[in-house]
Amino acid sequence: MLKIEDLNVFYGGIHAIKGISFDVPKGKITTLIGANGAGKSTTLRAICSLVKTKTGKVLFEDKNITTLQTDDIVKLGVAMVPEGRRVFPNLTVQENLDLGAFTRDDKEGIAKDQDLFCELFPRLRERLWQKGGTLSGGEQQMLAVARGLMSRPKLLMLDEPSLGLAPLLVQEIIGVIQRISQEGITILLVEQNAFAALKISDYAYVLETGTLVLKGSGEELLNNKDVKKAYLGE
Amino acid sequence: MSLTMLLQNIVNGFSLGSLYALIAIGYTMVYGILRLINFAHGEVFMLAPYFLFYSSMIFVLPWWLSAIIAIVLTALTGMLSERIAYKPLRDAPRISALISAIGVSFFLQNLAIVLFSGIPKSVHRPAFFSKLFQFGEIRIQSTLFASIGISIIVLSLLIYIVYKTKTGLAMRAISKDIETSRLMGVDVNKAISITFVIGSALAAVGGILWSLRFPQIFPTMGTIPGLKAFIAAVVGGIGSIPGAMLGGMLLGMSEILFVTFFPAISGYRDSFVFIILILILFLKPDGILGTKTQEKV
Ligand SMILES: Nc1ncnc2c1ncn2[C@@H]1O[C@H](COP(=O)(O)OP(=O)(O)OP(=O)(O)O)[C@@H](O)[C@H]1O
Ligand SMILES: [Mg+2]
Repeated sequence: MLKIEDLNVFYGGIHAIKGISFDVPKGKITTLIGANGAGKSTTLRAICSLVKTKTGKVLFEDKNITTLQTDDIVKLGVAMVPEGRRVFPNLTVQENLDLGAFTRDDKEGIAKDQDLFCELFPRLRERLWQKGGTLSGGEQQMLAVARGLMSRPKLLMLDEPSLGLAPLLVQEIIGVIQRISQEGITILLVEQNAFAALKISDYAYVLETGTLVLKGSGEELLNNKDVKKAYLGE
Repeated sequence: MSLTMLLQNIVNGFSLGSLYALIAIGYTMVYGILRLINFAHGEVFMLAPYFLFYSSMIFVLPWWLSAIIAIVLTALTGMLSERIAYKPLRDAPRISALISAIGVSFFLQNLAIVLFSGIPKSVHRPAFFSKLFQFGEIRIQSTLFASIGISIIVLSLLIYIVYKTKTGLAMRAISKDIETSRLMGVDVNKAISITFVIGSALAAVGGILWSLRFPQIFPTMGTIPGLKAFIAAVVGGIGSIPGAMLGGMLLGMSEILFVTFFPAISGYRDSFVFIILILILFLKPDGILGTKTQEKV
């Protein structure tokens, strides 16, 4: 579904991503883990053109999307739930969801999807007219995920969706991601919470200062002793 | 001061205020999205009555048609100025775009001098706008009512666009977080162009109504109204559309009432506007309806 080939990203003089290549297969959950500053967010941001790719290619469904504008990439079926939620604080929950569906025109389909996602996150339904900025952190995260889904993406990228959430909520979000995946949406997940993420991942990669150092199935990495030491705190 | 005269002046204040409001919207919308003070906005305002003048005088088109053409051409000029002078600087430090805006302002003003000459031109006022209405003692010119009426219609349309349409939603989203708006599939360049089109079209309506009220047009005519409308936007809370409307009304009204009550020092009416600005900034630095301006990350 998504194929990254020899991706290089610079911030000024900083070489943030140093020629990484990986695949995100259709219908699966793929996870990137890595320490702070490893370049996980940068990778996701490069995929959707929020940062410029210096060299290398991003292929989505065999189409080269490296130089497309972000909004065109979104139109092709890529959605991202950005790091730190980035809910629009000045807009209502309803308007945030409407923005998620910005690329769509099918009013009925949008309404149906909204109903569906409100079932997934019942707390959103009660707060549709509340300003995004007044939601709690957990609610904002749910809104950010629901908003990402509103475009009916083929590929959903999530950047640390469990950051700052209570353990119970982490489980809830992880559960939701699993359900989304069962609906056939391909997932590319970035997580600090390596344990929870690897448990549901089909494939996983470890990123260290801009380079991929390990790959395997979620289970393999869970049992890898380097991963255990560095990311699972064992 | 008789009551009649006071009423007459209140209508007058509303009318002037609605013109300031129309111009102030453009400043506030552009600032809301790009954090840029568009110094060229007063020149965009000035172009509209010239476009109207030439299409009705030289091409002898009917007045209403010329007015529409003038609004369209002005809106296009505003949009082009953004494309040419601001867009390439979008990732540059903010001061660069600001300087570029000053450049556009000088350019348009001087271009107008070259093309239209610096000698003021008298504007023909259609009969519809020069009627006098008599209510008992009070006599009010139809231009004043027209200004108020047209402004209310145009501003209602603006509110509808900004708060009820998808385009408006995108504009409000961009004003908070450009990057996340992109992730929602919003074409940011297009939305910014639309913002300039709307702001310039409103300034054009303001410019045309202004030239009916003060029927002399000249290349520097945009400077003072532009400055005052900018002050109105700041007083109302820059970035806020209702704020610009309120600020415009407030400024127009206080200016007229100042002249009414202190005719002896009416020559200081422009300075009076600055005193209002200083007072408001002193009491409420973010403007009347402004929210804390957050620096963008
Ligand atoms: N806008 C920027 N300008 C300059 N350097 C940046 C910028 N964004 C990120 N970097 C640098 O690029 C590197 C990778 O950052 P990135 O945000 O991708 O890390 P990350 O893996 O997502 O970390 P975290 O887990 O803390 O979110 C870091 O060294 C960071 O300092
Ligand atoms: Mg990150």
